[in-house]
Amino acid sequence: MHYDWSFGFLLQYSRLITIGTAYTIGFTILTAASGFVIGCVVSIASLSKVRFVSTPLVMLVEVFRCTPVLVQLVWIYYALPVLIGVELSPAVAAFIALSFYGGAFYSEIIRGGIVSIDMGQWDAGRALGMRRFDLMKRVVMPQALKRMIPPLVNQAVLQLKNTSLLSVLAVPDLLYQGQLITSATYRPLETYTMIAVIYFLILFPMTRAASVLEARLAR
Amino acid sequence: MSDNAMIELVHVKKSFGAVSVLKDISLRVPRGGVLALIGPSGSGKSTLLRCLNLLTIPDSGAIRVGESTMDFTNGHKLPRDKELAAFRARTGMVFQNFNLFPHMSTLQNVMEGPVTVLKIQPEAARETALGLLEKVGLKDKADVAPDKLSGGQKQRVAIARALAMKPQVMLFDEATSALDPELVGEVLAVVRQLAAEGMTMVLVTHEMAFAREVADSVVFMRDGIVVEEGPARQVIDTPSQTATRAFLSHFHSSGLPTVAANG
Repeated sequence: MHYDWSFGFLLQYSRLITIGTAYTIGFTILTAASGFVIGCVVSIASLSKVRFVSTPLVMLVEVFRCTPVLVQLVWIYYALPVLIGVELSPAVAAFIALSFYGGAFYSEIIRGGIVSIDMGQWDAGRALGMRRFDLMKRVVMPQALKRMIPPLVNQAVLQLKNTSLLSVLAVPDLLYQGQLITSATYRPLETYTMIAVIYFLILFPMTRAASVLEARLAR
Repeated sequence: MSDNAMIELVHVKKSFGAVSVLKDISLRVPRGGVLALIGPSGSGKSTLLRCLNLLTIPDSGAIRVGESTMDFTNGHKLPRDKELAAFRARTGMVFQNFNLFPHMSTLQNVMEGPVTVLKIQPEAARETALGLLEKVGLKDKADVAPDKLSGGQKQRVAIARALAMKPQVMLFDEATSALDPELVGEVLAVVRQLAAEGMTMVLVTHEMAFAREVADSVVFMRDGIVVEEGPARQVIDTPSQTATRAFLSHFHSSGLPTVAANG
């Protein structure tokens, strides 16, 4: 079969593509940051021995870990407003879903990093008279963060790919713009190829950087 | 509680689940005294030592170090994080596995307690820390990472780190058990020096010869009780209890365990 490849027409859509890329990257950074905060809170709470704090949080994490993020997106956009009586814009609904979805996984990474620190380190800090906060800040976290970085970067890569699901809520991310261009030009092959290439160009350096970092931290 | 004792334990009990690890222990260590805790593994001696700075919280009893008393008898509520931290800051502890902070240099390890806990200015803490590293013979290793040190050097840094808090007492939890035999001496030399300076110390140790030489008194524990206690030479040379004799028969007079024990 013969197909006439032609990428030239995409140039006139460069503005849409730029906006889409900005949305994709912006949403990734925002939701990775908010997800990290959620993950920190949940992991520290779940490590606490106060059951009435840890149990609900652990259950929340499990709900977000064990349902597809696409289902979470549409549920928060279409179903949550019925419950709380407040209309959510697509961007806000998407932000909530991706933040909590990311947070669920970040919390496990952070919890794993904290519990991987040898009990002797906790003993040593306590024996010096450190209180909980200083113990975390000065002894446990500096060591745990090092171990968390590779899986956190990995999760950020997934986070960026998950932003492609924003298109179902008509948030103008990279994939959504691709759909727009396709419906205007009837050229899905070139359009989606370019979209895939842009994702790859963003993520490939990230995964490379992650493995370099991992090797350096392992030393 | 009497005045001349630096450390006093009264009816301390501790269980882990169904296992009773400490069964009603009472002990006193006079100011400047050195007490060696000996006994087979599982006898409760390490748990007892950890109770002394509340890394392990007793189920009942009372513990006094210097002027601070922690009472765990019925009706007393458990101390809070702040009270525990303040109590621990006045006791120095040295661990079997050193537990140096691997993300800090040797000097930073020694400065950490004074700067973070005592809020001492870094410049002043640095001077003190360098002085302590010199005292343990490691001033030239100040900027080295702990994982570049030998076991004996690590343990000497750990001692300096504990001393930096200007503790009233020092606790040693099998401080030489993880060391290669040829490195034991350099650590014991530091402990010996501290004893000579009049530091009140409690040593959990398997170095019988060292305990005999440096400790004033020895407590032999088995199964969570004090079987025998007395002056170090008396307990080690002429134990009065069968269980003590059986335990000590595993050691040469050199302090090293023998292979063919007749106990």
